[in-house]
Amino acid sequence: MISQIHSIIERFRSEPGPLILVLHAIQAEFGYIPEEAKAVVADGLNLSRAEVHGVVSFYHFFRHSPPGRHVVQLCRAEACQSMHADKLATHAQHRLGIGFHETTADGEFSLEPVYCLGNCACSPAMMVDGQLYGRMSNERFDEVLAEQQLPHQRPGS
Amino acid sequence: MSTIVYIPKDAAALSVGADAVAQAIAEQARARSLTVIIKRNGSRGLLWLEPLIEVETATGRVAYGPVSLADVPGLFEASFLQGGAHALHQGLTEQIPYFKNQQRLTFARVGLIEPTNLQDYCAHDGYRGLRQTLQMGQAQIVQAVTDSGLRGRGGAAFPTGIKWKTVLDAPAAQKYVTCNADEGDSGTFADRMLMEGDPFALIEGMTIAGIAVGATRGFIYLRAEYPHAYRTLNEAIAVATSQGYLGANVLGSGHRFDLEVRLGAGAYICGEETSMLESLEGRRGEVRVRPPLPAIKGLFGMPTIVNNVISLASVPIILDKGASFYRDFGTGKSRGTLPIQLAGNLKRGGLV
Repeated sequence: MISQIHSIIERFRSEPGPLILVLHAIQAEFGYIPEEAKAVVADGLNLSRAEVHGVVSFYHFFRHSPPGRHVVQLCRAEACQSMHADKLATHAQHRLGIGFHETTADGEFSLEPVYCLGNCACSPAMMVDGQLYGRMSNERFDEVLAEQQLPHQRPGS
Repeated sequence: MSTIVYIPKDAAALSVGADAVAQAIAEQARARSLTVIIKRNGSRGLLWLEPLIEVETATGRVAYGPVSLADVPGLFEASFLQGGAHALHQGLTEQIPYFKNQQRLTFARVGLIEPTNLQDYCAHDGYRGLRQTLQMGQAQIVQAVTDSGLRGRGGAAFPTGIKWKTVLDAPAAQKYVTCNADEGDSGTFADRMLMEGDPFALIEGMTIAGIAVGATRGFIYLRAEYPHAYRTLNEAIAVATSQGYLGANVLGSGHRFDLEVRLGAGAYICGEETSMLESLEGRRGEVRVRPPLPAIKGLFGMPTIVNNVISLASVPIILDKGASFYRDFGTGKSRGTLPIQLAGNLKRGGLV
């Protein structure tokens, strides 16, 4: 892991203001910002560990622990709320058996709130692994979930 | 004979199944030995009809929507490739009342062209504004923007030309043009539609801004929630760079302008311009005390233009057709055009 982080730092070191670029690349690689990465990044970019921690903790996008295999982001903003996003959120939590910011016990799904995906005219909206879905209903949620599970399905599971 | 079918790849259209519809149309056409050329455009903004597919006919583009996967065989049976009657038939796109009465300047190409096809962009008046700019002096360009009456489309409505003049008059070894694409308020999606549907308009606007004030480097600060726009912008920047519209020598003019997209990380506050600058510099997005204004001391402490997506994308048509052309739209102190986004619990959400 440390060597991968070193090569990420190398890739962005000459850019102006590189810290957030480096953090995005680390999260793209590992799915989150590992605690041990902060010291390496601080050292590599000549910043204090407090500065790195301060940036990581400021931005909601950066995760502090590994996510599930699939990340389900439900929009919780006003336009989606007006189209019953609350009902969808209740259904999603019930269906997955977890709350927001949690991951299912089998490591398949993480559930995250998100505040506007820019799909407000086709609300309620959600995103799964970067793929956007609109005009969501409870039924459609179950369908999308089933699609995600297909490739991983094992006999008897 | 081959027929052109437009199927949007705007994120909103994709979110309701546009990719699956495109694939099904290609498969059905193959099975029926029909030649169909599928073009992936941006969205026309009639979002309640997405996926809205359009068929090119002798009389114009005929719309069908909202098309689901299950509708595809029926559309072929109804001869939709000839504009045939069907329950989803909406007539000529540009005659749909929602669309017909719109005056589109900044959004003229959105939904019409293939977003990252530079030839298509140029065939629809693209890069005419930049070519015009290259014949003008810096002060003259800034004056044209001032005279157009364009005011910031991000919400604060500050006159764009005055901002540019401040940057132009600030002496510095390095200046920057930044685009605030942190469209975070729920119910807003016009910036996203433009970036996905006509990215070259934003790129051209930023290039003109750079030349106008003497900035050689631009950054688009894009929210992380917009992965589709991120891909489209990067693709368009790569195309523009390879064709000499960006880079060390813009269209052989001797002007340098390099452009980069940087992602935000889920902080709503970064839509505020000084916290956006902090974030672009790789720090916590905390608001700076003003003065100094960003136009004097902005990104990395240098004079910086900070404009919204729609403001910058409106610049090419102003330089192409002239300040008075743009100024003649609108009313009072509000000149030009402004897209309005309709969303939420509505029958017909979209962009007007």
